[in-house]
Amino acid sequence: MTASMRRLLFVLPLFLFAVLTGYFWLALESGRDPHDLPSAMIDKPAPAFSLAGIDGAAGLSRRQLGGGVVIVNFFASWCIPCRLEHPLLMDLGKRLDVPVYGIAWQDKADDATEFLKQLGDPYKRVGLDESGRVGINFGVYGVPETYVVDKEGRIRLRHVGPLTEEDVTKELAPLVKELGRS
Amino acid sequence: MIVELGHFALVLALVISLAQASLPLWGAAKHQLGMMELGRGAAIASFVLVALAFAALINAYVTSDFSVVNVVQNSHTDKPLLYKITGVWGNHEGSMVLWVFILTLFGAAVAWFGGNLPPELRARVLAVQGMIGSGFLLFILFTSNPFLREIPAPANGQGLNPVLQDPGLAFHPPFLYLGYVGFSVAFSFAVAALIEGRVDAAWARWVRPWTLAAWCALTIGIAMGSWWAYYTLGWGGWWFWDPVENASLMPWLAGTALIHSSIVVEKRDTLKSWTVLLAIITFSLSLVGTFLVRSGVLTSVHAFAVDPLRGTFILLLILVAVGGSLTLYAVRAPTLKGGGLFAPVSREGALVLNNLLLSCAAATVFLGTLYPLFLDAVGGPKVSVGYPFFNRTFAPLMVPLLVAVAVGPLLAWKRGDLLGALQRLWAAFAAAIVVALVGLYVTHGGPVLAVFGFALAAWVAGGALTEWAERVRLFRAGPSESARRAIRLPRAAYGMTVAHLGLAVAVAGFAGSAFEQERIQEMRPGDVVSMAGYNLQFRGVEEVQGANFSADQGDFVLSRGPETIAVLHPERRFFPLQQQTTAKTAIHTNFFADYYLAIGDPDGKGAWAVRAYWKPLVPWIWIGAVIMAAGGMMSLSDRRWRVGAAQPARARPLAAPAE
Repeated sequence: MTASMRRLLFVLPLFLFAVLTGYFWLALESGRDPHDLPSAMIDKPAPAFSLAGIDGAAGLSRRQLGGGVVIVNFFASWCIPCRLEHPLLMDLGKRLDVPVYGIAWQDKADDATEFLKQLGDPYKRVGLDESGRVGINFGVYGVPETYVVDKEGRIRLRHVGPLTEEDVTKELAPLVKELGRS
Repeated sequence: MIVELGHFALVLALVISLAQASLPLWGAAKHQLGMMELGRGAAIASFVLVALAFAALINAYVTSDFSVVNVVQNSHTDKPLLYKITGVWGNHEGSMVLWVFILTLFGAAVAWFGGNLPPELRARVLAVQGMIGSGFLLFILFTSNPFLREIPAPANGQGLNPVLQDPGLAFHPPFLYLGYVGFSVAFSFAVAALIEGRVDAAWARWVRPWTLAAWCALTIGIAMGSWWAYYTLGWGGWWFWDPVENASLMPWLAGTALIHSSIVVEKRDTLKSWTVLLAIITFSLSLVGTFLVRSGVLTSVHAFAVDPLRGTFILLLILVAVGGSLTLYAVRAPTLKGGGLFAPVSREGALVLNNLLLSCAAATVFLGTLYPLFLDAVGGPKVSVGYPFFNRTFAPLMVPLLVAVAVGPLLAWKRGDLLGALQRLWAAFAAAIVVALVGLYVTHGGPVLAVFGFALAAWVAGGALTEWAERVRLFRAGPSESARRAIRLPRAAYGMTVAHLGLAVAVAGFAGSAFEQERIQEMRPGDVVSMAGYNLQFRGVEEVQGANFSADQGDFVLSRGPETIAVLHPERRFFPLQQQTTAKTAIHTNFFADYYLAIGDPDGKGAWAVRAYWKPLVPWIWIGAVIMAAGGMMSLSDRRWRVGAAQPARARPLAAPAE
C-alpha cells in the first residue's frame, strides 16, 4: 500500500461519518415533526391485500376499505409504544364514528390474540400480516402506525408512532370530519 | 428556592466545565503545570455542582413540588416513593441531568484516581471530558431545562406512565448511562492520545479499567432492560430489535471489541490506530444512541417528548464531537507508530478476528436500524426492517465468533499453533458433541439450530475451562503445584475465564428458549392445566388495591406430583389516573427453567384467560449476562491496573467508581 493510500484509509471514517450526518440532517429537515413522515402513498389508493383473521374471527381485506372513511392501525404484540396508544384506540371508533381496523404486523396469531385479550380489543376487524408484506405496501416503517382511508379507498393520512390525545383532536378528528362531509 | 439553587448550580457547572475544557489543554501545550492541574479541581467542582442540581431535582420530586413543570408532568402524590425518585429519570429532561451527572462523576474519578497518569495526558483527558460536559450542559440549559416553574401550581401531577413504574425499568437507565457515559473516558483518552501523538502500552493500561467498568455497567443495563421486557410483556419475549435496544447493543458490541483490542495494545504494542478508532466509535455510538432516542428520528419504546430543536442540537453536538475526533484521527493517526508484527494464527490474530466479527455485527445492527431512515431521506421506497433481518444476519456472525472464543486464548502471542490449540481443546470438542447428541436424543431431533446452540455453549465453556486448566497445569503438575498456580493466577485471567463462561451460559439460554411450551386457555376456579410435568390449579381471582392502582389478582397453585411448588399471583393492574391497564406476570424459577404465568380478561361468566409458559434455560440469559459482568469486574480488580506507574505509593484502585 502506498503512503497516500494509507492516508486515505485514515480519512475514511470521517468521510463515512459525513455521509451519515447528511442523512440525519435530511431526516431532521424533511420531517420537522418526525411523527409526520411524508408517505409515498399519500393520496394514492390503498394497496390490495387480503389477510386472515386471528382467534377464529374474520380477517381483513382491501374490500373493507373505501365506501366510507376508515382508520387502519398497524400494531404488534411485541411493540411497546403500541401499549402506550392502546387506551386511546379503545374508544376512538366511537369518538370519531368510523370503523377502526387493526393489522397485526410481523406478529404471530397467538401473540396478537393474547395482546388484545389482555388489553382489550379496539378493532372492528383484525388482519394478521405475519410476513409484514402488507405493511410494506402501505409504507409502514415501524409499529405503531395509523392510516386514514377515505371513501374512495385512498390513503389520506399516515401517522407514525403512538397516537396521543393531541393527535386525535388536532389531526384525526378534523380530517375524518372533513372527509365524511365531502 | 431549592429549585432555583439547582438551576443555578447547573449554570455554574457549565461555566466551570468551559474552563475545564480550555485551560488544561492550553497548559498542556505550554507545559504549565499550574494550568494543567486546574483541570482536576474543575472536574471535581463540576461534579459537585451537577450532583447538587441532581439532588435539587430529586428533592422536588420527593416533596411533590408541583410548581415545577417537569414534576407536574411526571409525578403524582399517590406514587410510591421509589417511583417518585426514579421518575426523575423517567423523562427527557431529568434523564439528561442523570447523563451529565454520570459524565461528571467519571470526570471527577479520573481527576481523583488519576494520580499515576502523566500530567499532560491527564490534563488533556480532563479537557476533553470538560468539552463533552459543556456541550450537554448547554443542551440541558437551552432546550431541556428541568427546573422550569409553573405558577400557579396545579393541585396534583399527571403521574408517571404506569409502564415505567417497575423496579426493572427504574434502575435500567442509570446502569445503561453508566455504560454509555463510561465510554466517554475511553474516548477522552483516545482524543488525548491523538493530540499527543503517542499511544503505548501504558496508555492502554490506563484506558482499559475505564472501558471495562463501562462495559460491565452496560452489560447489566442491557440485561435489565431485556429482563424487564420479559416479565412485563405477558408472553416472555426478551429481545425485539427495537431501535432503542439496538442503540444500546451497538456500543456494547463496539465496547466488547475495544476491551479485547486494548489487550493487544497493552501486551504487544500494536493495533494502536485501530484501538483509538474503536474508542472513538464506541462513544460515538453511545451518542448516536442518545440522539436516536431523543430526536424522534426513529420512533421507539421510550415516549420521550420529541422536539426538533433538541434533535438539531444533539446532531450538532455529535457533529462536533465525532466529526472533530475523526478529523483529528485522520490527521494524527497515520503518524502513530505500528508495533510488532504477528502471524495470522496467533493470539493477536484471534483478537483481530474477534474485532472484525464484533465490528461487523455492530455495523449490521447499525444498518438494520437506520436503513429505513436512509431510504426515506432520499425519497426511496418504504421498507421495514424487523427481527427477520437481524436473526438472519446477526446469528451467522455470532457463530464463528463463538467458535473462535474457545480457540483464541489458547494461541500463543506472535505465532500460535492452531493444531496444537485444537488438540488441547479435545475435551471441549467432546463436550460439544455429547451435548449435541444428548440434545438431539432428548428433543427427538427437535430444533436443530437450538441443539447446535447448546453444542456451541458447551464448546465455549469447555474452551474457557481448558484454558484455565492449561494455565494451572491441571492433572499434569500435581495437585499442590496446580493449586499454587491457581492461587497465583492474576485476577484478569480469572476475569476472562468467568466472562467467557458467562457467555456460554447466556448462549445456552438463547438456545433453550426454542424449547418453550405454552398453554393458553380460559380457566374457571378449580381448573387444572398440565404442562412440562407441572400441574397448575386456578383457585380464583381477588381484587386488591395498590398505592395508585387496583388489580385483579389471580391465585394459582403450582405443583409437581403431590408436592406443592409455589403459589403464584399474576395480576392485571388498572391505573385510574392514566386509564391504563398493565399486566404483572408471576414467574416461578428454579434457575433452570421459568414457569411463567399471566392473567388476561375475564369472559364475564366466571372464566379468565390464562397464559402459562414453561421456559427452559431462559433465566440463563440474564444469569449469563451477570456472570459476564462479574468477570469484567474481577478483571477490573486486578492489581496490574494499580501498579507500574510513576507514583506507586499513591496507587489506588482505578476501578472504584464502577463498584
